[in-house]
Amino acid sequence: MTSSFGNPTFLEQNSDLNLEKRQKKASFFAALFRLSTLIAVVALSILLLSIINQAFGLVAIQDKQDRSAISQVPVEQLSQSELVTLIESNLTINRVKTLDKEKPLTERSRKDLLSIVENEVIQSRVVASYPLFKSILTPGGFQNEVAQKFPQATIRFKAWLNPQFLTKTMSNIPEQAGIRTAILGSFLLILITLLVAFPLGVSAAIFLEEYAASETKLSRIIQTNIDNLAGVPSIIYGILGLAIFVRVFSTFTSGEVFGVEGNNGRTILSAGLTMSLLVLPILITNAQEAIRAVPNSLRLASYGLGATQWQTIWHHVLPNALPGILTGTILAISRALGETAPLIIVGAATYITKDPTGIFSSFTAIPIQIYNWTTRPQAEFRSIAAAAILVLVFMLLSFNSIAIIWRNRSQKNR
Amino acid sequence: MITNPNVKMTIFKKKSRWNEKLIRFFLTFAGIFSIFTTVAIVYELGKESLLFFGLPGIDLVDFLTGTTWQPVIGKFGVLPLLLSTIITSFFGMLVSIPLGLGAAIFLSEYATQKTRKVLKPILEILAGIPTVVYGYFALTFMTPVLRAIFGQGNVQIYNMLSAGLVMGIMILPLISSMSEDALHAVPQSLRDAAFGLGATRLEVTLQIVLPAALSGVIAAILLGISRAVGETMIVAVAAGSGPNFTFNPLKGAETMTGYIARISGGDLAYDTPDYNSIFAIGFLLFIITLILNMISRKISRKYREVYE
Repeated sequence: MTSSFGNPTFLEQNSDLNLEKRQKKASFFAALFRLSTLIAVVALSILLLSIINQAFGLVAIQDKQDRSAISQVPVEQLSQSELVTLIESNLTINRVKTLDKEKPLTERSRKDLLSIVENEVIQSRVVASYPLFKSILTPGGFQNEVAQKFPQATIRFKAWLNPQFLTKTMSNIPEQAGIRTAILGSFLLILITLLVAFPLGVSAAIFLEEYAASETKLSRIIQTNIDNLAGVPSIIYGILGLAIFVRVFSTFTSGEVFGVEGNNGRTILSAGLTMSLLVLPILITNAQEAIRAVPNSLRLASYGLGATQWQTIWHHVLPNALPGILTGTILAISRALGETAPLIIVGAATYITKDPTGIFSSFTAIPIQIYNWTTRPQAEFRSIAAAAILVLVFMLLSFNSIAIIWRNRSQKNR
Repeated sequence: MITNPNVKMTIFKKKSRWNEKLIRFFLTFAGIFSIFTTVAIVYELGKESLLFFGLPGIDLVDFLTGTTWQPVIGKFGVLPLLLSTIITSFFGMLVSIPLGLGAAIFLSEYATQKTRKVLKPILEILAGIPTVVYGYFALTFMTPVLRAIFGQGNVQIYNMLSAGLVMGIMILPLISSMSEDALHAVPQSLRDAAFGLGATRLEVTLQIVLPAALSGVIAAILLGISRAVGETMIVAVAAGSGPNFTFNPLKGAETMTGYIARISGGDLAYDTPDYNSIFAIGFLLFIITLILNMISRKISRKYREVYE
């Protein structure tokens, strides 16, 4: 050892050799680490781009009925009363009756009547569609394909995510389907979740942080339990919801005790309660962190002035912890907004055209619609699934930005 | 005044603090509420599982060792579902462990403060995307890519590989953020000492920082596995429906979670073998994930290197 290290030339040569090798290895691995981060970023971009790709693009539209056979003049030029007679003469009596029931034909606007004529009398349908990037790069391919298969079809650009999509209800025809029912369902769902989980979660956090500190054994058990619950897969919560809220408490969750008839337990209330259980551990942990961050000097000062423990918590600890608690709550709610599996188990309806009327309605939610449309074979349903994903992602991102802005503002104020 | 005992007495009488007691009672209830949830999960899963195993022709050994799951002919062997869960999770971890760890090391040891500020929110967005969106991505993007690579005939439209790979992307941010926290917690003095001895950044990272943070990294990986096993929507959309006992990841096979989602998708009638079976499978799933989570937490607590 000493002899070889004592030899200066040996040391110089060896270390130089080694150093080069080591540095080569180091830069190789540095590139590798950089690459793996890059892959994560690229994956996110591809994910978003592939969704945008499906949500817009060229479509071929073809009329099922011959326009000229239905009316000599173009339908756009017909008057309101002419449109009504056109509808009444071409649709089945039953269909006219249901339309009349929704809103009398004579009272409908011209635009409304025109859309009924287009959709139900002439029945113009999307017969082929092309994703966005292909539409931009090789529109010719689509034109050839359409010219061969559907010579009468006209090609135009369609944004599947459009105002109509947001305001219409579910339909079996992709271009007429919308997610209004699902958006309302999702909002009602997170409202119930919020009303149940927020008070319970914040109370539990207060108990664990402010009261239970002395009762170490109980608080340790609860803490471990919350940690475990946070790791339980969401589908298990769905099973729990099915067994408890849908089945055991069905008289309550179906609204039977309140005189609401004709429901089983598969209501939006059951789903909301299930979701509350799911987000509770997240909410408690977040609230605990916010409460823990309140400096102890505040509590001591309050006690020193003779305040009781609850007065201290209510007037000093909670106001200071509130921004943190709210941020944590928003994050928990975003989780509830995107969860799908528990809703499937609890029994969200996949095909429903009526808006939810209250907490005892059967319901659907945005993620359920995405799932339902994704699993259908036609390409057009994939496109509206992509449009629904954009709506969902937009909602989640705006929730999260609210949380971040809130956090930053409260930090500035301090 | 203060020495007058009567005054003191009246003050205390005025403040009988029943409301504080009431509040405390409610808070205690809220604290204990989470325990009810756990009890309810175990009770319901256990009760219905017992009913399931009480049905004629079904017993625990057949359930755990049978290789066919065909309720129609009374065959309830969970292995096809379990195998498919293991295969999809395996591919998920194959993607997420190296990439997640690489990203964590890059962010913690290599990236400048500025880069971190840009990259961390991106990973957080990736973590916040609902799993059904990943399912959509697996079916409409990953599967066509795989079919282009391996050939249309070799890859089924619904296949475990596609679901597994996308699951990896989903779990990546979990592993990277937890590992990064662990790496970040290693004190700077250790790094400085190693740099002072002439170590390269890589040597510092792999020989000093990573061993010191190993418990946190392993905990992250275990939690990732647990997440993969319990993941439902990606496999429900992309891995195929119908139990299939196969080792070929290019084929479709239903996982445990996928089965539960499919069976309860319709209007499931109570007290049928189908209804009870989702509880038995759910119980198995619950136990697997619970054990993984508990080991993960134990490791991160017990073997955490404590500095000062």
